[in-house]
Amino acid sequence: MIKKVRSHPSQNEALLFERSSPGKGAWQLPELDVPAVDASVALGAANVRAEIPGFPEVSEVEAIRHFTRLSTWNYAIDHGMYPLGSCTMKYNPRINELVARIEGLAWAHPYQPEALAQGAMEVMARLEAALAEITGMDAVTLQPSAGAQGELTGILLIRALLEKRGSPRRKILIPDSAHGTNPATAAIAGYVVENVKSTDTGVLDLEALARAADGDVAALMVTNPNTLGVFEENIVQAAEILHAKGAMLYMDGANMNALVGIARPGDFGVDVMHLNLHKTFSTPHGGGGPGAGPVAVKKALEPFLPTPRLKRVRGKWAWDFKRKRSIGRVRAFYGNFGVLVRALAYILAHGGPGLRNATVDAVLNAVYIRKQLEPYFDLPYPAPNMHEVVFSDERQAKLGVRTGDLAKRLIDYGFHPYTVSFPMIVHGALMIEPTETEGKLELDQFIDAMISIAKEVETDPELVKQAPHSTRTSRVDEVAAARKPVLRWKPA
Amino acid sequence: MLDACGVESAEDLFAHLPEAVRLRRPLHLAPGISEYEIVDYFRERAGENADGYASFLGAGVYRHYRPVLVDAVVSRGEFLTSYTPYQAEISQGTLTTIFEFQTMICQLTGMDVANASMYDGSTAVPEAAMMAARITGRHRALAARSVHPEYREVLRTYALHQGMPVEEFGYVKDSGVIDLEELERKIDDQTAAVIVQSPNFFGVIDDVKAAAEIAHRHGALLVVVFTEAVSLGILEPPAGADIVAGELQSFAISPSYGGPYAGIIATREKFVRQMPGRLVGQTVDTHGNRAFCLTLSTREQHIRREKATSNICTNQALIALMATVFMTVYGKVGLRELALQNTAKAHYLAGKLKPAFTGKFFNEFVARVGNPEAVNKTLLKKKIIGGLPLGRFYPELADSMLVCATETTRRGEMDELSDALRAPAAEEVLA
Repeated sequence: MIKKVRSHPSQNEALLFERSSPGKGAWQLPELDVPAVDASVALGAANVRAEIPGFPEVSEVEAIRHFTRLSTWNYAIDHGMYPLGSCTMKYNPRINELVARIEGLAWAHPYQPEALAQGAMEVMARLEAALAEITGMDAVTLQPSAGAQGELTGILLIRALLEKRGSPRRKILIPDSAHGTNPATAAIAGYVVENVKSTDTGVLDLEALARAADGDVAALMVTNPNTLGVFEENIVQAAEILHAKGAMLYMDGANMNALVGIARPGDFGVDVMHLNLHKTFSTPHGGGGPGAGPVAVKKALEPFLPTPRLKRVRGKWAWDFKRKRSIGRVRAFYGNFGVLVRALAYILAHGGPGLRNATVDAVLNAVYIRKQLEPYFDLPYPAPNMHEVVFSDERQAKLGVRTGDLAKRLIDYGFHPYTVSFPMIVHGALMIEPTETEGKLELDQFIDAMISIAKEVETDPELVKQAPHSTRTSRVDEVAAARKPVLRWKPA
Repeated sequence: MLDACGVESAEDLFAHLPEAVRLRRPLHLAPGISEYEIVDYFRERAGENADGYASFLGAGVYRHYRPVLVDAVVSRGEFLTSYTPYQAEISQGTLTTIFEFQTMICQLTGMDVANASMYDGSTAVPEAAMMAARITGRHRALAARSVHPEYREVLRTYALHQGMPVEEFGYVKDSGVIDLEELERKIDDQTAAVIVQSPNFFGVIDDVKAAAEIAHRHGALLVVVFTEAVSLGILEPPAGADIVAGELQSFAISPSYGGPYAGIIATREKFVRQMPGRLVGQTVDTHGNRAFCLTLSTREQHIRREKATSNICTNQALIALMATVFMTVYGKVGLRELALQNTAKAHYLAGKLKPAFTGKFFNEFVARVGNPEAVNKTLLKKKIIGGLPLGRFYPELADSMLVCATETTRRGEMDELSDALRAPAAEEVLA
């Protein structure tokens, strides 16, 4: 019945500390070519530690087996479809990994002379230009480390511009469908968050926005397409409402995979936005990072961008540190350069037409899933969807099975779960984003799995509620983990 | 698929978008190129960077050997192409390595708990300062001028809108350690955090103990920053610190023109609920087997939204895994040996140059060279990248550069550096 997977033994593996034995090691160092020093003389006796208690001691073979065995306990894009909504889990091309490791790029020191860093700076300049074209914005900073830091940068830019115009204002408006980082960011930037309700159809409520957008509002933070996968059809009017009140429109670019080559935020009224290169531009998520969160802005915000900025001086790239109105640095050095290299490789590989094709395929895949699954799952917001689709567990919940259970059962069918219980405006959400990576074969297997699970809910709900059944680790007790936190290994 | 979607062409999928938002022209980006051409393009760019140069740059980014096991592990698709481990049942690989990472960071720093990583050392500092403000209910931060200058810039950016005034205190001119008298003068009952770095930006092992005593006597927390993680292989962990905020770049993370790196925050058990960032905890599955999962997430943005301890979401998991493999490869004995080699190399070099400070140092130090820019220019002709001229960050040290030697620095290169400093061209400049 389950076509994609069958069981396969996975090895047990103790923690490093449990499998250590004194005297083992995997390290090698050359003979010292200078005189050895007495640590207590060179460093001061009081400064020298006796040992690192508990630190591991394993051989090279033990080390590689340890990490290889652990790796087999993970699901990954390389295994199959990873339909996490809003996370854009697309294929991570290996060419990106190769080019990021080219010695002259990987070993470039951030303080090496500019004359000897022209290649790195050219890569950054080219990526800035490409992202400006893709977003329709006037200037781009590559400094922010990830999406949330991009958001913070963007909001600080807005704050700086409004301050210059007289007052930074007090409030940031955020729709109830937003990512959690949006309100957290606004708070860190010193703003009060005011939530704005969505309409019955799941998009921005222009009337509510007009009521909320008083002279105290600095900006609206909106994700477009929103977290329902629905394009904010009133975005141009929303921008007009905000601009008329001297407020700004911030766009969370988490869902940019639905727009590249089709529509540009800069053309529909957005003043500032961030991109997640680890989503739209294929850089690997790596189990949680690293990412990169470039910020693109309209001209009026350019003077405030973080220092330093790239500039062209007599035919060469240089770093401009003298920018009086800048919000300052948001991190050391220039950004997650290694991630930027990978993103540029993705853009070069696709080119303009290829990027647009990727968008079309991503949307086609999501619409296909929607059409196939609509008969089996409740679709609370029937507006046309783009790159992702959000169902609710309403029908299954009546039989006592919730979205989290359905997700866990999906694991038994060989898929990573979709995003569970988000966005919050959908009760019991199933948020599915296939990306352009999937072909029809994998999509059909996923659809078959979802339909099969919907049927299991009717015939054998307990089977679904106890899932997963085939993994080496069954459901974990997250409540116990939080009640009595054990956050490090200690000797018994 | 088009039939199933009820459309005639894929373009119809976008028919519902308002015409005003549509891009009705192709993107002005060149057509796609092949893998071969992409490699070529980046090789050409790499060739425009320093190629085949010896380097004495440190200053927060260090040139250490990367054991081959590191890339063998992080290149595995299971680690490379997985997401944040929210689904614990199929993420035990990542979760277990993070638990091991947290443990090793505790062992290294002497702290009770460590998070699963921050973006880098520079952003860990403001996160630590904000954490101290939440714990103490105070709002001032007091940072040593010997903390990495770019870290302090980041702190100022974050602090400005937190209602957190950041003041600075200096270093002793002769020794390069923090000026305890100035710290004593500037600290008050509104100081939430005293922030020092050790080894500090000048490479000098700083007086963490004395800073802790002063901070605690005034009810403030001590935040200790490190940028050179290898130093922890031989140096005492920062006794007296309440929060340790550090950068792990030295642990097999290539310099990569400034990132991606991995930062950490480690602290005492009692402060864990005020920590930013992800944490992995131990638990059991329904069969009673040991298992790991993300925990204490009620601190985090996806649950608490505007009341979260931080807005951080993406962290540096894969980079933290590099550091984990590095720590495993070197282990208890190797990391100490590595640190000793660094000490020996830097002290050999210091014997040939004029260190500006008398304080004990690990693998980098400030050397007085007269005109650092001119010296570096001379060195470049010999394919040597000299130290970091300090005038840009410390006008009073405009005659000095920060030089670093690691286990990868060869004796011959160090001899060449000191010869070049003595060469007629440099003498002229110095005169």
